[in-house]
Amino acid sequence: MTDYEHHSWEISPQRSLFDLKLRDTWEYRDLLWLLVRRDFVSFYKQTILGPLWFFIQPLFTTLIFTFIFGMAGIGTDGLPRPLFYMAGVTAWNYFADCITKTSTVFKDNANIFGKVYFPRLIMPLSIVISNLVRFGVQFLLFLAMMGYYAAQGADIRPNGTILLFPVLLLLMAALGLGAGMIISAMTTKYRDLAFLVTFGVQLLMYASAVIMPLSETPDQYKWLIQANPMTTIIETFRYGFTGQGTFTWGAFGYASGFTVITLLAGIVIFNKVEKNFVDTV
Amino acid sequence: MPIAIKAENISKAYQLGEIGTGTLSRDLERWVARIRGKEDPFLKIGETNDRTKKGSSDIVWSLKDINFEIEQGDAVGIIGRNGAGKSTLLKVLSRVTSPTTGRITGKGRIASLLEVGTGFHPELTGRENIYLNGAILGMRKREIARKFDEIVDFAGVERYIDTPVKRYSSGMYVRLAFAVAAHLESEILIVDEVLAVGDAEFQQKCLGKMGEVSKGEGRTVLFVSHNMGSISSICNRGVLLKKGMISEVGQINTVINEYNKQMLRTDNSELENSNEEVALRKIEIKNTEGEYLVSNCKCIAEIEIYSKKYIEDVVVGVGFNDNMNTRILTIFSKHFGKYYKINPGINILRCEIEQLPLKPSKYFTEVYVGTAYEQISHYNCGLNIEVLEVKNQDMPDHTQGYIVVKQNWN
Repeated sequence: MTDYEHHSWEISPQRSLFDLKLRDTWEYRDLLWLLVRRDFVSFYKQTILGPLWFFIQPLFTTLIFTFIFGMAGIGTDGLPRPLFYMAGVTAWNYFADCITKTSTVFKDNANIFGKVYFPRLIMPLSIVISNLVRFGVQFLLFLAMMGYYAAQGADIRPNGTILLFPVLLLLMAALGLGAGMIISAMTTKYRDLAFLVTFGVQLLMYASAVIMPLSETPDQYKWLIQANPMTTIIETFRYGFTGQGTFTWGAFGYASGFTVITLLAGIVIFNKVEKNFVDTV
Repeated sequence: MPIAIKAENISKAYQLGEIGTGTLSRDLERWVARIRGKEDPFLKIGETNDRTKKGSSDIVWSLKDINFEIEQGDAVGIIGRNGAGKSTLLKVLSRVTSPTTGRITGKGRIASLLEVGTGFHPELTGRENIYLNGAILGMRKREIARKFDEIVDFAGVERYIDTPVKRYSSGMYVRLAFAVAAHLESEILIVDEVLAVGDAEFQQKCLGKMGEVSKGEGRTVLFVSHNMGSISSICNRGVLLKKGMISEVGQINTVINEYNKQMLRTDNSELENSNEEVALRKIEIKNTEGEYLVSNCKCIAEIEIYSKKYIEDVVVGVGFNDNMNTRILTIFSKHFGKYYKINPGINILRCEIEQLPLKPSKYFTEVYVGTAYEQISHYNCGLNIEVLEVKNQDMPDHTQGYIVVKQNWN
């Protein structure tokens, strides 16, 4: 039993606010992958159309946006309307999925959290990674659409900013995770917040360049729209792949900083609540 | 033996009723006290967990000043009445919830089985669930892979291993779940009363496995059960909890005896203050012709009942269970048309048994008190009795049944 001596542990009520148990979380990395696999497998097993559902939702959303906002005549930076919305919807969906699913992590896992210990951080992490699968499928759809419009002769010019794509993905995941964890911690005490989340996320979408490009936003509201880090993320995403949109390093820096702070705050608050959460539900 | 678990001054407070202090101002007051390093003004030390009394504050101490040491390889039975704090203690030890005060240190990984099949997903196959469940219990993939065949073999689900567990029978489900927890390479195994769900054969298998785990493999086992039979067959040491405090720690037999003493309320003032209308004071079964109980002896069962009021049509029964909690014999006044009138105070009821048909072994009694229509009280494990072997007398073994009757062969 060589492992034996290495597994000394201590249970005590006081724990430093900044003891994030990241090492502990790393020890449980196999669980992370198994949970992701579970989500994936169980999703397929209950459906007839399987992954097709991943396509249907963004396609319909894009269609509706094209119809409604096309009538309203809101500009799209010169991009074909469906492609413009598809880019926004793809990115936004990933963020929205991360935040809404993470925000109910305590409620959804109350039973398992009440019966067995593992670093709780694993659960929200597995949600973010599971959603990546869905994002991947929708992203392929977006690429296909891009190819189609490029062949039609639309003005699409991918550029160097495309290299930021992995960073953007990371930012979306971290932002959704961080904000979701903050909300999840608060919902353990005040349940009504859970109802606000789905609603709030929907509202936030309208303040995030999914529908209206930043260039079209009236000047006096620009700061408000730009305060939302998702605006920059979506604009950068669109700019990298199509060459249309607004990209500045300043805004990008702000979005990154905002995300890092949200994520850290999320982990700290999550860890604090996790300790005694079992007693309050 | 090195120490596997050491608990120092463990206490756990729960808040009754509303969660949170209720108002923002009191939330703030508590928060201010906390950042100034003072004691929480709403946590009053000194109240014990007595469900029957109404406390003066909303805080209840589910555990108070728990201290113990468990050596590596010990099998420890944790016993106590409902609400004594057994499950809370296991939860704290399993790190599901953290203690309010105190410290527990230990060595070795913990696999805890507070519930059967935690984290099982009905859509996943048995194979997938073994991996998932094992990982939830803290094992690495390769460790699970190493034990995989053993787990499947123990659970006896080889044919169904690639079938979703939602198609499993409840018995198969439980077997698989127990098998995962028991076979993983943890040094400490914590088992709550979960085995009650399986059938008798499986329970026996699990108990056997737990005994093997502690005696054979030198792993530490903590086991909560109301079944004194299984506790005494597996555990060598015991912890008796009473109202969230430790009442006795030591050899398992001493602890069980103490528990039995407490189950019988001999303290009159306690009886009067209790909100139970009827309480068992004493149960005794003695050989009327000799010192010890032996098979087929003539004996008498004496049951002392304390009542607060006059009750008519009272029936009393005593059940004798073996160490697997299988009922071997029941004596019941109702079956013989005897209804008692119970007076306020102490009542002594007697039953003569012509020939006690029990084989030499240990038995655990349950006492039932009711009226002709409803149950008034039920006591688990009121008394452990031992029927002794008489020298030079062969008794039927387990393949020949559970009881023995007097027989004359011509």
